[in-house]
Amino acid sequence: MDSPITPQAMETVMIRRPSVRGAAIITRPFFWLITLVVAIFIVTPAIGNNVELRESLLLAAVYITLASNLNLMLGYAGYINFGSIVFFGLGGYICVWLVNSYDWPLWLALLAAGVGVSALSFIFGIGILRLRGPFFALSTIGIVEGVQAFVQNFTPWGGSSGIYISPAVFAPLGGPARALWVVYFALVAVMGLSLYLSYAIKTSKFGLGLLAIGQNEDAAAILGVPTPRYKALAYSASAFLPAIVGGLYFFKGAFIQPSDAFDLTLSTEAIVICMLGGQGTVTGVALGAYLYEELRGYLLTSETFSHFQLVVAGALLLLIVLFFPGGLMGFIYSRFPRTQRLLE
Amino acid sequence: MLGIIASLIDGVLVGLVYGLAAMGLTLIWGVMDVINLTHGTMIVGGMFALYLLATALGMPPYLTLPPVLIGGFVVGVALYWVAVHRMIGRPPLMSLLSTFAVNLMLIGIGTGLWGTALFNVSVSLPGLSIGRYTFPGAHILAAALAALIAGLLYLFLHKTRLGKALRAVANNREAAELVGIPTTKLLAIAVGCGVALAGVSGMLIGTLFPFTVLSGDGYQLKSFVVTVLGGFGNPVGALMGGVALGLLEGAVTPFVPVSWTLVIEFALFVLVLIAFPNGIFARRGAL
Amino acid sequence: MTALLSLQKVGKRFGGLQAVHDLSFDMRQGEILGLIGPNGAGKSTLFNLINGVFAPNSGNIVFNGIDITGQRPFVIARHGLARTHQIVQPFTNMTVLENCTVGACFGRENLPLMRARDAAREAIVIAGLEDRAATLALHLTIAGKKRLELARALAAQPMLLLLDEVLAGLNPAEIEHMIGVIRRIRDRGISILIIEHLMQAIMSLSDRIIVLNYGEKLAEGAPSEVARNPQVIEAYLGDPKLAEQLQGHAEQPASNGSARHV
Ligand SMILES: Nc1ncnc2c1ncn2[C@@H]1O[C@H](COP(=O)(O)OP(=O)(O)O)[C@@H](O)[C@H]1O
Ligand SMILES: [Mg+2]
Repeated sequence: MDSPITPQAMETVMIRRPSVRGAAIITRPFFWLITLVVAIFIVTPAIGNNVELRESLLLAAVYITLASNLNLMLGYAGYINFGSIVFFGLGGYICVWLVNSYDWPLWLALLAAGVGVSALSFIFGIGILRLRGPFFALSTIGIVEGVQAFVQNFTPWGGSSGIYISPAVFAPLGGPARALWVVYFALVAVMGLSLYLSYAIKTSKFGLGLLAIGQNEDAAAILGVPTPRYKALAYSASAFLPAIVGGLYFFKGAFIQPSDAFDLTLSTEAIVICMLGGQGTVTGVALGAYLYEELRGYLLTSETFSHFQLVVAGALLLLIVLFFPGGLMGFIYSRFPRTQRLLE
Repeated sequence: MLGIIASLIDGVLVGLVYGLAAMGLTLIWGVMDVINLTHGTMIVGGMFALYLLATALGMPPYLTLPPVLIGGFVVGVALYWVAVHRMIGRPPLMSLLSTFAVNLMLIGIGTGLWGTALFNVSVSLPGLSIGRYTFPGAHILAAALAALIAGLLYLFLHKTRLGKALRAVANNREAAELVGIPTTKLLAIAVGCGVALAGVSGMLIGTLFPFTVLSGDGYQLKSFVVTVLGGFGNPVGALMGGVALGLLEGAVTPFVPVSWTLVIEFALFVLVLIAFPNGIFARRGAL
Repeated sequence: MTALLSLQKVGKRFGGLQAVHDLSFDMRQGEILGLIGPNGAGKSTLFNLINGVFAPNSGNIVFNGIDITGQRPFVIARHGLARTHQIVQPFTNMTVLENCTVGACFGRENLPLMRARDAAREAIVIAGLEDRAATLALHLTIAGKKRLELARALAAQPMLLLLDEVLAGLNPAEIEHMIGVIRRIRDRGISILIIEHLMQAIMSLSDRIIVLNYGEKLAEGAPSEVARNPQVIEAYLGDPKLAEQLQGHAEQPASNGSARHV
């Protein structure tokens, strides 16, 4: 394409390239690219015990996880989930509660959070995924309201005042300072899993079905794609790892309350990241998350902008939607078509 | 028993205002299949316009209605050109995202300016007493004004050239273009009207309840519920849907904590959508 | 021998409109059955009923011995029923090959990805799209999109294929090509139920024809019989051109016989 890049043209070249290759996943370059990113996340802060870098990368890992799981719905199946934060928040609550009140080991509490939230979203998903496109999007906003109201009235979880974790909980991990590293590495592992999962799904039959749903749901169903089951599965899968990340995040903070756990800013940022990097791509979402984290770091330290983080996120999203609907990857693919084969 | 009846009547009064708000949403929806996710924030905009005009400039609260109406229209036309115009004819996902983005910016600016503090505009009107119960004057007047504006909208859509053209565009945009109706201008006008309605209903709600910058989410959800109850793209249905929602709130409030009302309404939203994909009082293209 | 597809008193109404009314017919394995009727007769609606887009309000649909009445489209597709759309519905941002792979993956055979791609390739060749395999569907011409519809349905390796006006909007050369493709599909043992307005084409392609009018069966039989049926001619009087074409066929029934041998 050497004509000027219109949004429509961008839309055409971007994303949605289900790979129909079938070779084992570990023989593919992209698999090793993900592995390289994970290795960088593990090694760089560990060198010289760089806590500041670790905290910044930790946030990037959270963003990457949330955005790449959101991408399963938004980029693959074409459904906007405005309320992906409930996965994160509920996961946080389940984990913190099990660790604090029942002395569960962290890993088991995390697993319970992931499985519990996934199962719950599968059930929810069967219901609300009967709604098409925009109506699904609207109902995801309602889910946030609903879950938040529930948690605020749920006394075992401390209602609106939340749950504090007692410091004793960090003892099995070797004390608070070491626990922070443990949590960080666990988070990076979850991030890596998210990227592998996104990639594996994209190159699978399941992914092909989801992409077909995203393009034309009626036609997909008529061709035999079991749309209700696939959508509910994707929705439920997109809940699993974010719930675990929520568990880790609030375990690390040793405190959880409804207003933090269900802060819509985070799920909003996940949407911005997806669109920024290029919905439907694995690389783009990781890249978008990293760039967004950098941008955000700059905004927060800048006096003028710190109050207007949402404004900047909104403006960014608007510009992307208006002028670059393919996001960064759409742009890169259209400039360098070869990259499309390497960068999924 | 009488308490419930009083609560129901009050629900209808407030429901009329919700219906007016939902008309704004459904007008845009009906004409161009765009879901305006700035709707809630536009309602809040009306509330803050009321607050600023009434408190800072000392205007009588109800006299802020005309400036809010006009201001809302202007803002709506601007919204059309910024966020909606380029989305026409693209997947619905895109207009959802673009209005969502604008909403983020508005919310960001709003919280930057006012934080999340609670604001309140007090109007003192004599209530109407029936037996032991007194219906607040503000509720009665807000309901009356909402009904009046809804009636004017109906007349506008059915009796004026512009309104008829809008309905033609809603029914079939291509056909309307073929007979020479300038659709782009009309689409901009439709968004203008939709936002003006949101603003005015916000201004009316502002005379009833306290509000914050973030109050919009709840009212937006109510508008969606009303819209599915009333049928998409159907302003008359929206008013009926508003009354239905008001009745429901009236029936529920005496028994259920306030924080659950929205959840119940949301559940209703999903159930109705699943059971009646076109709304209960559905008359598709009835605009 | 039992019928491949059997409709028993099937009815569908949209509000006050009875789009399909008490319709019954059987279809044999290996047959090309033509479905004609004026615009709005309910032909596309009938397809939507057969492949589960709409559930009928009354009656039963049995496919290959299985009662599929009211089943969802993706279930029916698994039983070996595929269709094309009157208004093309490609996955616009996927290549032709990917489009067809979806068909093959989720069709009757429920193939794994790799084997599905081979099946897709084969279908693409049959439909004559091999030089477009890597093209995004949205860059295809109308004729290309129509062929893609066909290739995608074919990739599902169906037992029965429903074709909804695949010739509409094509130029004479494209029509000739498409007719060849349809014959080749039938030669592979796939039964075909076809809606078409081009009388010439459907008369020569079909073994049997059913005429639908206002949702009801007006006539059924060999093409030559149907074309001579006064009721059918009357139903088409609203469209004099079609009526003329029909009569043209009634006068030269010989052409039907020869058309059956490819
Ligand atoms: N989804 C629908 N809702 C309401 N009416 C419909 C719907 N689909 C088709 N119809 C109506 O049913 C009748 C038959 O339409 P159709 O089956 O498309 O006819 P055709 O024989 O031309 O394919 C028409 O009057 C059409 O308007
Ligand atoms: Mg038709």
